Amino acid sequence: MSINWISTIEALAIVTLVTIITRALPFIFFGGKKKLPDTVSYLGTVLPAAIMIILVVFCLRNTILTAYPYGLPELLSVAAVIVVHWLRKNVFLSIAAGTGLYMVLIRTLFLVGS
Amino acid sequence: MKSFIFAFKQAIPVLFPYLFIGIAFGVLMDEAGYTAGWSFISGLFIYAGSMQIVMVSLLTAGASLSTIALMTFFVNARHIFYGLAFIDRFRKMGRKYPYMVVTLTDEVYSIFCNMQYPEDVDARQSDFYLTLILHLVWILSCVAGALFGQLIPYDLTGIEFSATAFFITVCMNQWKSMNTHGPAIIGLISAVVFYFILGPSQFILPALTLSVLVLIMVKSRLTDAQKKPPVQECKQVSIDGVEEITYEY
Repeated sequence: MSINWISTIEALAIVTLVTIITRALPFIFFGGKKKLPDTVSYLGTVLPAAIMIILVVFCLRNTILTAYPYGLPELLSVAAVIVVHWLRKNVFLSIAAGTGLYMVLIRTLFLVGS
Repeated sequence: MKSFIFAFKQAIPVLFPYLFIGIAFGVLMDEAGYTAGWSFISGLFIYAGSMQIVMVSLLTAGASLSTIALMTFFVNARHIFYGLAFIDRFRKMGRKYPYMVVTLTDEVYSIFCNMQYPEDVDARQSDFYLTLILHLVWILSCVAGALFGQLIPYDLTGIEFSATAFFITVCMNQWKSMNTHGPAIIGLISAVVFYFILGPSQFILPALTLSVLVLIMVKSRLTDAQKKPPVQECKQVSIDGVEEITYEY
């Protein structure tokens, strides 16, 4: 396939620009102020906890719930991460345990015919 | 040097997700006929995992620039909410301020939310090192995927779960360090409700917006909860919470 240089560069530039805008918006709005509005600094302390859990759902969004295996590999692996992290409080270990279990489960117990 | 080592240690948990998603992107670009140079430029300038992967299909479909702009906005709009927690923290960083702003990915954001600096570490330095290390790792993964992705002999399907696992651990650490669990519960309910109403590809923006609105509505109650003297057995937790807040600014 031949690449159209100009249109590719244009596309990349647009993606870059819009991505930068989404990341910069809060700073553009509130970064210039000497003191942050009360509500903004309040949101800064409480919003992360809400966002993180939404991100977890976001990561799991493509899980199939209505057909076999009904999201079981994901559910079990999430549970594994929680238990291991609760017991050992080691981020790396929790990630390795959960991901390892997930990779094993989708290849063995919950193998969906390919 | 201490700051650098500390920053590197903080980066370790997300190396896996970064490597995997970056390599996946590089492979897709390569398959679509784009040489490694394009993957390099994308990793360097765009630096947004899921968006870069969406971009490959937009490129191969020959989507119009306005479509691309709109898609990018919707895929990345969640980032609008990230900066709110770091306005004071970043604008104290002088020349590095713009760089910190444009490199605030999901993963960097979640690490920053949980940083506990030891006393002998320069907080601003390590924030910068962390950002730089992860950016470089990302660029490297994108290029590696384009160059060698086809050669990987193993089937790595499922390794993308490492990103989910990482965010779960961040949630749990936050849960422990916060005095009030209201925000997390509000986030979870909004996400689940909109997931079932709108489906997997459209729920995140409404969920974030609703969380912000509800959090603003319950502001006085939550601020009271944070100020309230902790019950005896929760003492340890509350100390963590106080530390968290001081470090954030």
